[in-house]
Amino acid sequence: MSATKKTAWERVQLARQIERPKALDYINAIFDNFIELHGDRNFGDDKAIVGGIAELNGMPVTVIGEQKGKNAKENIERNFGMPNPEGYRKALRLMKQAEKFNRPIITFIDTPGAYPGMGAEERGQGEAIAKNILEMSVLKVPIICVVIGEGSSGGALAIAVGDKIVMLENAVYSILSPEGFASILYKDSSKAKEAAEDMKLTAEDLKKFNIIDDIIKEPENGAQEDFEKVSTDLKKYIVTNIKKLKKLSKEELVNKRYEKYRNM
Amino acid sequence: MIIDKVKKVNSEEKVTKRNEKAADMMIGKWVKCDRCKEIIYKEDLHKNLSVCPNCGKHFRLSSRRRINQLVDEGTFEEIGKDIVTQDPLEFKGYLKKVELLKEKTKIEEAVKCGICEIEGEKLVLGVMDGNFLMGSMGSAVGERITLAIEMAIEKKLPLVLFCVSGGARMQEGIISLMQMAKTSSAIAKLNNAGLLYISVLTDPTTGGVTASFASLGDIILAEPNALIGFAGPRVIEQTIKQKLPEGFQSSEFLLEHGFIDKIVERKDMRETIAQLIRLHK
Repeated sequence: MSATKKTAWERVQLARQIERPKALDYINAIFDNFIELHGDRNFGDDKAIVGGIAELNGMPVTVIGEQKGKNAKENIERNFGMPNPEGYRKALRLMKQAEKFNRPIITFIDTPGAYPGMGAEERGQGEAIAKNILEMSVLKVPIICVVIGEGSSGGALAIAVGDKIVMLENAVYSILSPEGFASILYKDSSKAKEAAEDMKLTAEDLKKFNIIDDIIKEPENGAQEDFEKVSTDLKKYIVTNIKKLKKLSKEELVNKRYEKYRNM
Repeated sequence: MIIDKVKKVNSEEKVTKRNEKAADMMIGKWVKCDRCKEIIYKEDLHKNLSVCPNCGKHFRLSSRRRINQLVDEGTFEEIGKDIVTQDPLEFKGYLKKVELLKEKTKIEEAVKCGICEIEGEKLVLGVMDGNFLMGSMGSAVGERITLAIEMAIEKKLPLVLFCVSGGARMQEGIISLMQMAKTSSAIAKLNNAGLLYISVLTDPTTGGVTASFASLGDIILAEPNALIGFAGPRVIEQTIKQKLPEGFQSSEFLLEHGFIDKIVERKDMRETIAQLIRLHK
């Protein structure tokens, strides 16, 4: 890989690396005393999404993340980070809880997409995603969303509506996977590499589009090369921005968020 | 869609002297219902609201035909007509394709919105069109729908959206994804204003539209036997590596699983919408 600029496809590869730090790695590194909370109170507990309460420099916050596995076994358990509706509903339950207790919310996005299975359809995958997007747009607490790996489709957006959207340098965020894009628009899924370039899915591209607010730098070979530095930088970013967002009244916060998406 | 069916029939069936109907189909006067295989005179089909007189199959409708069927004559005033297709990715061939489609379909984008009346009840109406890139949602569709929602809020009117969509507009990449957030947050605003929103799901409603405004109605109606879901059937079949059962993701399936309020036949749509609006006055 070149030392200066990586291609979009190289970043897709980095974003998907199994060694790349996952949501729980960031949660454990950035926050103290994380207590994981389970279940959507309706159907079950989806292991592709983790969430709970933690402390950020002593301040209680709610954290939620799409969790991929770090090996084959864990990936099967986590469904490769592809949530079912109950995962999104668990996330929403925890976010409403955060609003009740006036806790800021931090979400970590890392998914190839919402799971396209039979059960997911039977339990209303579309409705679950839609509901999250709508509710997140009006939650009266600060929300910071961090794309740490793969942010793919509505499955990513379902926990990615917030006041600040930040991406790690090698994370990608897109309408669907480059393979899916290639298969639909070029009728050839092997053209994923080409698709990745055309899709404009890198952090740099998205910053230009004003879809994201900021980018956190990564070492040359990805976040795992110096996880300490990446997680420290990310923590600083979260702390600074929550401080700023907390100065806004609830009304200002929600109005600003509306304007942000209104202009997209 | 109907034209496609005619072509299909033409290529599949041999025209014989005995089969005059099929000969007429060559010049596009007849269509074959793909459900009951009945050959229907096109004009009869249109008179019957594009519903097969034999088996009740609801054919897909253009936005123009849908608006004509639903709205009190002469009341439709369009909103957001000047919002046109954007090409944020500078995707090769996209705008050219859109120009050709505009010429062919005589519509500007995959949704048409306006203020109008149904049985004398005033409302804001949005009607998607599957003939325009499968009703996919790009920035123009998202913007037109958002303007319609904001108009409903401003004028304190009920909102009705007829959905038909293959999902997000791939050619506009991440900008399309953000339309889901834009439209959904506008619906949240409409909710805060205490206004009625009825969404009507028609064949097919999938992907990013299902995962945004289509699923957010106070009342969700559907036409009979429409395909409604998040993931497309082919994607699911590839994932689970088996065929889906008959009727999976149909309106009837969704009603049974609790995701829609009511299935309404096309002939009853006007009356049902007007009645629901009256109940919320």
